[in-house]
Amino acid sequence: MTPKAPRPGHRPHDDLQGDPTTTAAARGGGGTGMRVIVPLQGLVQGRGGLVLGSVIPCALFYFLQLYLKRNRGRPDSPRSPPPQGTGLTRTASRMNMSPRGAGRARVASRVAVLLRDSGDYVEERRCSDDGVVDMGLIDNVVFSDLVHKWWVENGKETVLGNGSTIDGIACHWQFDGGLEFKLAVSGFMSRAIHGAVSFDPSQMVPVAGLDAAIETLCFCIADAGNAFIIPTPYNPCLDRDVKWRSGVDIMPVPCRSADNFSISITALDRAFSQAKKRGVKVRGVIISNPSDPLGTLLDRETLYSLLDFVTEKNIHLVCNEVFVGAHGTDQEFVSMAEIVESEDCDRSRVHLVYGLSNDLSLPGYHVGIIYSFNESVVAAAKKFARFTAISYPVQRVLTSLLSDIHSIDKLIEVGRERLRKKFAGFYEGLNRLGMKCMKSSGGSYCWVDMSGLIKPYSEKGELELRDKLLHIANIIVNPGSSCHCIEPGWFRLCPTSLEDDDIPKVMDRFQEVIEACRSRS
Amino acid sequence: MGCFFCWIVVSFQRGIAREIEAQNKWAQRVEMSYFFVLSADDALLRSPSSSRTRTSMRPTLALQVRGGGLGLLMCSHLPRKSVVPAPLSRRAVPIYRPNHSPYYVGLDRVREDPYDRVANPHGVIQLGLSDNKLCLDLIEDWMSKHFESSAIGGGDFAMYQPFDGMPEMKLAMAGFMSKVLGGTLSFDPSNVVLTAGATPAIEILCFCLADHGNAFLVPTPYYPGFDRDMTWRTGVEVIPVHCRSADSFTLSITALDQAFDQAMKKGLKVSGVLISNPSNPVGNLLSRDMLCNLLEFAREKNIHIISDEIFAGSVHGDAEFVSMLEILDLVEYDKGRVHVVYGLSKDLSVAGFRVGAIHSYNEDVLAASKKLTRFSSISSLTQRLLVPMLTDSGFINTFLGTNRDRSRETYKLFVEGLEQLGVNYLDSVAGSYCWVDMGGFMSSYSEKGELELWEKLLEVSKVNATPGSACHCAEPGWFRCCFTTILKDDIPVVMDRINKVAKLCKHAR
Repeated sequence: MTPKAPRPGHRPHDDLQGDPTTTAAARGGGGTGMRVIVPLQGLVQGRGGLVLGSVIPCALFYFLQLYLKRNRGRPDSPRSPPPQGTGLTRTASRMNMSPRGAGRARVASRVAVLLRDSGDYVEERRCSDDGVVDMGLIDNVVFSDLVHKWWVENGKETVLGNGSTIDGIACHWQFDGGLEFKLAVSGFMSRAIHGAVSFDPSQMVPVAGLDAAIETLCFCIADAGNAFIIPTPYNPCLDRDVKWRSGVDIMPVPCRSADNFSISITALDRAFSQAKKRGVKVRGVIISNPSDPLGTLLDRETLYSLLDFVTEKNIHLVCNEVFVGAHGTDQEFVSMAEIVESEDCDRSRVHLVYGLSNDLSLPGYHVGIIYSFNESVVAAAKKFARFTAISYPVQRVLTSLLSDIHSIDKLIEVGRERLRKKFAGFYEGLNRLGMKCMKSSGGSYCWVDMSGLIKPYSEKGELELRDKLLHIANIIVNPGSSCHCIEPGWFRLCPTSLEDDDIPKVMDRFQEVIEACRSRS
Repeated sequence: MGCFFCWIVVSFQRGIAREIEAQNKWAQRVEMSYFFVLSADDALLRSPSSSRTRTSMRPTLALQVRGGGLGLLMCSHLPRKSVVPAPLSRRAVPIYRPNHSPYYVGLDRVREDPYDRVANPHGVIQLGLSDNKLCLDLIEDWMSKHFESSAIGGGDFAMYQPFDGMPEMKLAMAGFMSKVLGGTLSFDPSNVVLTAGATPAIEILCFCLADHGNAFLVPTPYYPGFDRDMTWRTGVEVIPVHCRSADSFTLSITALDQAFDQAMKKGLKVSGVLISNPSNPVGNLLSRDMLCNLLEFAREKNIHIISDEIFAGSVHGDAEFVSMLEILDLVEYDKGRVHVVYGLSKDLSVAGFRVGAIHSYNEDVLAASKKLTRFSSISSLTQRLLVPMLTDSGFINTFLGTNRDRSRETYKLFVEGLEQLGVNYLDSVAGSYCWVDMGGFMSSYSEKGELELWEKLLEVSKVNATPGSACHCAEPGWFRCCFTTILKDDIPVVMDRINKVAKLCKHAR
């Protein structure tokens, strides 16, 4: 009731104040730019205008909102005791009268976020394949020919089994994956990092893809309205995986090219306190190692300090790791699991996610792994796995592929060698074009600085360059802005989807674009 | 709380010391600045950048003398494990706790000790899960014959795959669906979105059609999994609409209407109705008239309809299955409010392949669910295995026919067994369940009595049937028994076991 009382008193002010505001705005539009903003006007002129100009309109606006809110609530509230028992027909007629009742059935309002997502831009191009070189494709297909060869040799035996019936294939109701499969995966994961850690299959929940793994963890760890701290640039998919259904927010923590985009704990800390000030509860940090899109590996020291940070703040740490794809020659890949094993700390806050199928060059298989040190998270994720179950044939195939130690070791070795070679060739090409890039030592990405080619130096210029690359050179790339990079001009390129012979061709196409950019400027 | 060390910290950098006070960031500053640490404990005399030392220190109090830059720091030596565990989300709490729903307890019991005619004759017989094992031999035959051409052939091993299904698979699925659901109707693959099973299909639809806190009307008894599929992650509520044995558990629009009004009174917004046709536990079909009335009801209330028709191809009785889509084709209607869920788990008995489908005419729903399939997509391998099978119309026709014959036969045997025991049941015409009334064996006519009986069945005679209360049935004493998971020859064993409990119950009285 309190806000109602002063309202009549304020009404005249409303009119009084309303006039100068509009006239000021009108005049501002006419030409005097300084007068556009009323509070500024007050400040500049040194009168009491600051109070009159800003506080009162704000207060009035607040009251107006309150008033509107109350009035909107009013017709709804008497619905609970329906007058004279005509509830049924009344509600029905009301429905028919209301604008939405007359037409189509509406979908949920939360769907709007999904429908607005502009990811389709690239995806449509991707599907209409006409000589487009796709370097935004997140799929790693470097050694898929090797896997295919294995598949041709062993496929039938694997899926249909020799002796065992098809019973398992058809009647599979254990949503969270069979034990054999988990055993094979855990063995494979520790072999990929040379036995530094042994993974416990009981802490593992296989789900249908990396996206599903991250989403499931979000559901387990955070409620709608909570937030995750994520250092930028980050994989654009995270926006979808984290925000779409679980309703969790992302607090981006910008990393800068001046520090080689490395994660700084101070920045994380600042983001944490900012979120706290805004009243947003931060539930964790999501990082990827090797960093996606940078392709750099996180060193031991960073991992330790991250672990310290999350322990200090009492939040979770989700770590997206790539085991086979870490091809760095000079730098050793350190898994977070290794740090957790060695450190006397509260492990239950650390969760790993792993895109198994992508790392194995089997992107169509959609297999992701959640590996958590938290029993409750494992229990919840297992139950959530009913929505993201992996089909039994895939489990069968991967189980036998991963248990075939001889083949898999060769696969890892050849895969790393090929990645190294591919990246080396790609760097060379970029160097020749005079483009700078971050030295990638893991994952399938290359983070390239094309800021010299963009004009204006802003997100707009960056998107223009992306369009140029698409239309002139027929190359799909991910602009840095989609990865939430605060510095324009960086692009994420994925050379792993290219054949070795294609690299020179792609470089020629880049050259075309560079020339086009230069000639225009 | 750990032992306390008294540390005298001499800081030569006055600025750093001041920063300590200003920011109150003890732990970090200790590790970052170069302090000379004077300590009685030699073991702690390490370089501050050593991770080992710093992680075990949790300074709690510091006194600092400004002028000289001499600080006294008291650190408590806290082992990391004593730190409070990071909290999980509120929505995960009810989920990770062990589940006591009889449906899932029963499933777990069978998993521990499954019945096998030869290997484990005293194991638990599974009547609780709708696996269709009657025609697996046909699938196996086909697979071994066509495996090379289906799975291994085809070079696009690592091609980009749209999340909502490969075009070939969508085409094949639309074809199969029109055969099973539509009869004469043919479906457009662009209206079909493929998901990893019907479970995510239902979740995706609930997410798209209802906001957090909105509700769906679901006629009872319903499939126990709906509670999880519809509510867990979407935040949607389920309002059961009770059907009674007096009407042989058929749906009535009046009951729906009442439930709708009650929900409105409670302030809940009802977003839609979810029906399963053929009904999951009961095994009856919705008539043409009922479907028309439902459409009318949905139009009047301006809500959606989700029709779960996953058992459409498993009609073993004499009734004719009518799909919602068929009615929709005949009448003038806003097609955007009807969404059909289908899957291959039941009709093609390939539950392990995890293939489900959403059929909708609503552009928004299609667009949104296509995007959501990134979280539950079908693997390329599975799709490649299934496309040739689904398009092999000769095989599909034989399979559906054989499945129908075998289901009918098994059902007949099962029902005869029940009749001999003098147990009532509701005549089922579709699906793989028999809805059995064991109310006579209960010690008390209540949910408690029903659960007692369920436990006796499970523990004493080792039969896992799903009690009606798990299906939210309003009347106690009904049990859902799946007859397609057992072999024909095992039916007498099941009947013996049920009889054992029956005798036990009569004794107790």
